[in-house]
Amino acid sequence: MQHQPSFSPIRCALALAVFLFAAASSAFADGPQATPSIFAPAASPAHEIYSLSLFVLAITGAIFVAVASLLVYAVVRFRGGKEARHEPPQIYGSMQVELAWTVIPIIIVLVLFLTTTRVIFAVQNGAEPESALDVVVIGHQFWWEFRYPKLGIVTANELHIPVSSKLEPQPTFLRLISADVDHSFWVPQLSGKTDLIPNHPNQMWIEPETPGLYLGQCAQFCGMEHAKMLIRVYVDTDQQFAAWVKEQQQPAADVAAAAAGRQVFETEACMNCHTIAGTAARGTVGPDLTHLMSRATIASGTVLNTPQNLHAWIQDPNNFKPGALMPAMQLTDQQLDQVVAYLTTLH
Amino acid sequence: MSTAPIFADEEWRLPSRGKVAMLSLITGECGIFSIFVAAYLYYIGRSISGPTPRILEAPIFNTVCLLSSSLTIWLAEREIERGRMRAFGAWWGITILLGLIFIAGTALEWHTLIFHDGLTIHTNLFGTTFYSLVGLHATHVIVGLIGLSIIMIFTLLGRVNRSHAERIQVFSLYWHFVDAVWVVVFTVVYVVGR
Amino acid sequence: MADQTVPLGNSLGAAYPSSGTFLEWLHSWVVTVDHKKLGILYIAYGLFFLLVAGAEAMVIRYQLAFPNNHFVSPEAYNQIFTMHGTTMVFLAGMPIIFGLANYMVPLMIGARDMAFPRLNAFSFWLTAFGGLLLYFSFIGGFGLYGMGNAPDAGWFAYAPLTGSAFSPGHSMDYWALALIVAGFGTLGTAINIVATTLSMRCRGMTLTRMPLFVWLMLIVSAMTLLTITPLTAAQVMLLLDRYLGAHFFDAQAGGAPMLWIHFFWIFGHPEVYVLVLPAFAIANEVIPVFSRKAIFGYPAMVAASAGIGFVSFTVWAHHMFTVGMSWVGNTFFVLSTMVVGIFTGIKIFNWIATMWGGSIVFATPMLFCIAFVFQMLLAGLTGIMLSVAPWDWQLHNSYFLIAHFHYVLVGVIVIAIFAAFYYWYPKATGRMLSERLGKWHFWLFVIGFHVTFDTMHFVGILGMPRSIYTYQADRGWNTLNLVISLGAFLQGIAVAIFVWNLIYSYFRGQEAGSDPWDAWTLEWATPSPPPAYNFATEPEVRSRRPLWDLKHPSDPDWKYEA
Ligand code: HEA
Ligand code: HEA
Ligand code: HEC
Ligand code: CUA
Ligand SMILES: [Cu+2]
Repeated sequence: MQHQPSFSPIRCALALAVFLFAAASSAFADGPQATPSIFAPAASPAHEIYSLSLFVLAITGAIFVAVASLLVYAVVRFRGGKEARHEPPQIYGSMQVELAWTVIPIIIVLVLFLTTTRVIFAVQNGAEPESALDVVVIGHQFWWEFRYPKLGIVTANELHIPVSSKLEPQPTFLRLISADVDHSFWVPQLSGKTDLIPNHPNQMWIEPETPGLYLGQCAQFCGMEHAKMLIRVYVDTDQQFAAWVKEQQQPAADVAAAAAGRQVFETEACMNCHTIAGTAARGTVGPDLTHLMSRATIASGTVLNTPQNLHAWIQDPNNFKPGALMPAMQLTDQQLDQVVAYLTTLH
Repeated sequence: MSTAPIFADEEWRLPSRGKVAMLSLITGECGIFSIFVAAYLYYIGRSISGPTPRILEAPIFNTVCLLSSSLTIWLAEREIERGRMRAFGAWWGITILLGLIFIAGTALEWHTLIFHDGLTIHTNLFGTTFYSLVGLHATHVIVGLIGLSIIMIFTLLGRVNRSHAERIQVFSLYWHFVDAVWVVVFTVVYVVGR
Repeated sequence: MADQTVPLGNSLGAAYPSSGTFLEWLHSWVVTVDHKKLGILYIAYGLFFLLVAGAEAMVIRYQLAFPNNHFVSPEAYNQIFTMHGTTMVFLAGMPIIFGLANYMVPLMIGARDMAFPRLNAFSFWLTAFGGLLLYFSFIGGFGLYGMGNAPDAGWFAYAPLTGSAFSPGHSMDYWALALIVAGFGTLGTAINIVATTLSMRCRGMTLTRMPLFVWLMLIVSAMTLLTITPLTAAQVMLLLDRYLGAHFFDAQAGGAPMLWIHFFWIFGHPEVYVLVLPAFAIANEVIPVFSRKAIFGYPAMVAASAGIGFVSFTVWAHHMFTVGMSWVGNTFFVLSTMVVGIFTGIKIFNWIATMWGGSIVFATPMLFCIAFVFQMLLAGLTGIMLSVAPWDWQLHNSYFLIAHFHYVLVGVIVIAIFAAFYYWYPKATGRMLSERLGKWHFWLFVIGFHVTFDTMHFVGILGMPRSIYTYQADRGWNTLNLVISLGAFLQGIAVAIFVWNLIYSYFRGQEAGSDPWDAWTLEWATPSPPPAYNFATEPEVRSRRPLWDLKHPSDPDWKYEA
């Protein structure tokens, strides 16, 4: 029978501390990051959540240290020897001690609860200011549709929002609805997630502080390609945003050289599912392609938006995203080339 | 055998396991019913198209029958405790009859709803929740009737006697429950829902 | 260790009629209504599925060890994580727990069998066929592709993804039907346990003298009555939608997918406490025996467990902080959730107080229980972090959540189940499990466990969501995921050692005798394994530790119990 007590508590506490520090250190970096850490907030409400989480970590950390020390002490101090055993004194309970360890947690819970309530209230009950930007987010299996009703813009997968400052607050209010099943909108550096549920419109807001590209993804299992329902949010400076809006409000480019491709697009089934403003294509099953080339990626952030990738995608979406709800269109090589040539003109 | 000291006068009484089990089963059934009731309440007035609960008529007669069957089964319980088997059989038979009337009433109601009002489980949310909640209850009545009839058959064969009083009581707990649930269903569907 | 002969019921040795042919042996197991045999059947069945679902976890971890891995296809991955979760909860966790209850409860209360032996057998076979039905979907659930198709919508099966519009084929039908069947089995067992504890106790076994194990199993069974049934109801609705064209969860007809989310968690949350209370029950028996002290604060332990039971029915929406509830709803569920922490705290402190001043024996069951207490503390605190609604908006459905619940499900429940195996295996088989293999099992498992699930919190904090079959290489999750997977394989090795230990010790293990741990509850007064009728004469008890009274006639327990 071995004597040493279980050391795993100490070891784990140490490992935990080191890890925690490593993870948290990314919080000291500013602005957008390739790793969407919730400890590197770059917007409200992510900031408020982050501060709250540090507070909760401190309290739970203290509880952990206190109780784990008691446990380790008890295990080490009261280990039985090998000698002939005589039973230790039997103790059946103690009113005072038991009362103490009921009351102290009650107090801690009250503190935690009140702090939490304050943040809940601050985040959920903010009134929407006049200057706010409205965006309707529609979740589809497996891509995102973004509509800017006041600006008359429809786009997909890559959300552009303006940066906000203390002087000129410009929050973005997202209305979240679903076209099919449950999804969840989550960009950790900007805000917590909110679900998109059929027949249950939701709302959230973001007030970003630092321009840049923020990554996130769908956080509610929604079917086969849930893993590749990525989100890219561009937080633009005011000038960048204005330029982007202007560009998006144009109708689709109409380049004579790409007429063959346009014809393919309008005669093959593409137009049943996709919209290209200013053409006959009015479909709403798939992403709006009017300004396809203004997006850095296709298929909801799965691959870069290059002619080769477009080619491969249209040939068979399963190349990148098996289970995507766009069928392989069985185009001839020539048609493919033409359609890709056309799509690449859609700036 | 045991060396532990025992107070011989300590009385040792435990609850009847049949009753405990039946009450547990009823608790579980309450779980099922409350979910269906919750769904019914939530969907009141949310149908997009089709008939509304206005087409329902409160089945007063049915309700009276079902509720009085609780009384008759209780009378039957009393008779078997006293060992009066003929009276027991009579009350038991009346209970079955009342249950049958109730089920027939439901069948008629459904027939009208389906063929006259065109309401099926598929029509709209009202149809969905109505048939499933009332149907869930009707299923319980049918299960109860099967149980009642089996006991009736044994009674007629003369196999039931006073010693079965407790089992009869356990079974009637179930029937009382089915009746009690009807009060809830009735209130939800025919009072609140309309 | 303990050679004191305990006169209680020991008069008849464990002489069994020598068994006949293999077929007779098999027949005896199939038709058995003996609570001990059924208990063993339950446990063996659960253990088998623990291995199956564990193997599925290994596939998950191999797939996620590297970014953009193609070890399994997306369809296969989604089926595997769904089946892993569903199997672990319904076919591994529940059967093992109810198997233990089946085996131990009658022995501990001095009864000869359960209240309804035939219902008991019926319940087991229902559960068993439910499990087989679920796994039959791999062959029978014709899906879109004309091949077998297991359920693939997550163990929470959120509507409307499960509706016929989005899940054609029969995989979801298998999911719902299998769990309804298994659910009725569970319901039967729960009813049986309630009736047994209330109506079958031996003379003198008042409610306040019942071993805590029995108390907790009573609470769990009572909870089960109201926990499983809402799921059954919701699944019936789902089937009505799928087969009769009803519209419960059909958004097109105005139905509310939100309703499913509520119904599922009205089941799902109490369910996790149904799973964890038996783990507490095991610790309540093991910790005192190996600390050589009576349990500290027995009434408080009972009250706290009942408290957890009650409160757990009011906290379900803490799984729904992100569905867009009003701030009132959110704050209510924050509070009710945190209250559970107070009750659980009482239990943790009582366990530590039981060890305090004791003379701790580091046998394998105790090692597992020490890890259990430590783990419950840690896992509970990550639960508290999740219960802080704003933080949960970040942590929900991330790997932090996955880490939280594996902290509990593996670190608390599976570890307690291991403790139970080492503790009661001698009783059930008459042979000790090897301590040497046990220590290997313990250390490998605990280390592997921490490597896996500590690390998992960090990928969660770094933004990795759950239920994804792959991830992009540039997210900074690669190394951490590899570490998680390595830890998982370490756990796999540990479990393999454990299984080997079970087999090896059955044939080669040291003879156990009736009371190898010098313990205090009634089951140790019977021979190992106990005869079919458990007790030759019905025992009578005067305290919570009847065997203590016998072994210490000069200082019996009943003098001190209020
Ligand atoms: C057996 C399993 C089990 C147990 C016991 C618990 C226990 C707890 N769980 Fe956990 N939980 C799960 C299994 C379990 N959980 C599962 C499976 C899921 C996810 C399901 C899914 O989505 O698929 C989940 C998800 C889950 C969520 C939802 C997260 C989300 O979806 O976003 C939340 C949120 O509040 C939560 C909280 C808690 C809390 C507060 C406890 C408490 O009971 C913990 C109490 C214990 C302590 C607090 C420690 C000891 C106390 C003290 C030392 C006293 C002092 C402490 C204080 C004063 C705070 N859990
Ligand atoms: C009791 C419950 C329980 C247990 C014990 C476990 C144990 C483990 N779980 Fe599981 N898990 C869940 C319940 C459980 N899990 C649930 C409910 C979900 C949610 C599902 C959902 O979202 O729908 C989940 C989800 C889940 C995920 C997330 C999947 C995703 O969202 O994409 C992951 C990922 O790493 C994971 C990993 C593991 C690992 C590594 C173990 C390890 O501890 C396993 C250790 C290994 C073994 C126990 C067996 C070892 C195997 C052998 C020795 C070989 C056997 C040989 C044969 C069968 C021939 N689990
Ligand atoms: C049945 C509907 C359907 C048809 C027909 C269809 N698509 Fe699509 N398409 C989709 C859907 C759905 C997506 C989004 C897939 C995803 O990301 O999961 C998509 C995505 C795309 C994208 C990527 C857009 C982006 O921003 O991510 C391109 C480009 C595209 N389709 C081009 C075409 C072309 C060209 C054709 C015809 C030859 C075509 N599609 C036919 C449904 C369709
Ligand atoms: Cu959309 Cu997951
Ligand atoms: Cu919960």
